[in-house]
Amino acid sequence: MDEPIVCRCEEVTVSEVKRAIVEGYDTLEELKRHLRVGMGPCQGRTCLPLLAWILAQETGKSLKEVMVEVSVRPPLIPVPFELWREG
Amino acid sequence: MKRSADVVIIGAGVTGAALAYELARRGIHDVMILERRFPCAGATGRCGGGIRQQFTTPHNIRLAMESVKRYEVLSEELGVDIEFIQGGYLILAETREETEALCKAVALQNDLGLPSTLLTPEEAKRVFPLLDETVIVGATYCPTDGHANPFRVVKGYLHRAREHGVSVEKFTQVIGLEVKGERIVEVRTSRGNISPGVVVNAAGAWSREVARMAGVELPNEPVRHEIAITEPVKFFMEVMVISIHNGIYFSQTKEGQIIGGIGDPEERPGYNITSSLKFLRNFARELLRYAPALGQLSVLRQWAGLYDVTPDAQPVLGPTPGLENFIQANGYSGHGFMIAPAVARHLADHIEKGVRSEILDKLSLERFKEEIRGEAFVVG
Repeated sequence: MDEPIVCRCEEVTVSEVKRAIVEGYDTLEELKRHLRVGMGPCQGRTCLPLLAWILAQETGKSLKEVMVEVSVRPPLIPVPFELWREG
Repeated sequence: MKRSADVVIIGAGVTGAALAYELARRGIHDVMILERRFPCAGATGRCGGGIRQQFTTPHNIRLAMESVKRYEVLSEELGVDIEFIQGGYLILAETREETEALCKAVALQNDLGLPSTLLTPEEAKRVFPLLDETVIVGATYCPTDGHANPFRVVKGYLHRAREHGVSVEKFTQVIGLEVKGERIVEVRTSRGNISPGVVVNAAGAWSREVARMAGVELPNEPVRHEIAITEPVKFFMEVMVISIHNGIYFSQTKEGQIIGGIGDPEERPGYNITSSLKFLRNFARELLRYAPALGQLSVLRQWAGLYDVTPDAQPVLGPTPGLENFIQANGYSGHGFMIAPAVARHLADHIEKGVRSEILDKLSLERFKEEIRGEAFVVG
């Protein structure tokens, strides 16, 4: 596939994102749940800004408008169970 | 947005989605789902996805058995792979008392036709090889239990419902219900008013607030439950494991991630859904006690959702005394995803034909006037 990828962890492409927006998944939280974009090991650090940019472009909203209400979920980096047990 | 509908469903979780689909299938197409945020934003999209039939009350067992029959054919029927993995549920007990409770439950389940069995610790280890069997005293197993992907289930139901003309209004909050005599005559929302035929309260943990708008008091209370998911690893466990000792549950998704949670007996009712370090420590400790080999697995993400808990941990279903067009579909107490496909059918039959199945009768709001005997296994 030579198509640009938005989310490397979950291998989601730009056209998949655009199609989802047309289908009505037009908020970051819905795109995340629909495509799993941002749900991989990087937890959206790479892809969420890209996703927000595409969403703003496609919906005609400002970046500020599309960035509202994005949930941040701990831990921010992957941490093994055994460290939590000892912590 | 339409200004009237034969059926107005409040809440686009698995209950609202399944009901809309079942109504549409019966020829009732003028259906609106009103959703405060977006489909799956509440408990459905936050749950562990477990589908268990091993309960302790006849109603819960029957509804869950009916539901599994539906889940078995749902991927094909909806045209969406719901990632149903029918690898059974293994229930662990750590004391003699807990094992006796499992024993009693299995007797009732077998009477109702469920193929659950009592296992020794060694037999349990054969079902789940990573288990440290020295920690447990007994276990039960039901091979037809399983788990599925809640997002895909809702997506499938809504997709089919929309094909039949059902409308899903997201970011549309119900702010009032106007009652005249014995009817709800208007549903007020943040995007305008709707004149309803029937109103269904499928608002999960917010059902109590919705009911209050019509002057109806539900005994439901919202209770936070936390959950975590790991990085994906090669698929190695078909079975879903839970314990009645501490309320832990965990399974592996089709993607390969371990997903699980654990109840906190100190949790007080409320709408808080923040994540806590206390949960993660507790979950890690109990998980590794049962399956020490999972210690190297990394946690990617944790979150929380709300159980809509009733005094007997059974749902509130069907007509509301004193309001002829107000139907309850809430109070699942953490088991909504497991039984929604069955509940939706009972409610759709009721709305279509006016019939009230025995289960709707037994699980109606009226039961709380009488003495309460409830579900004992409130776990994922």
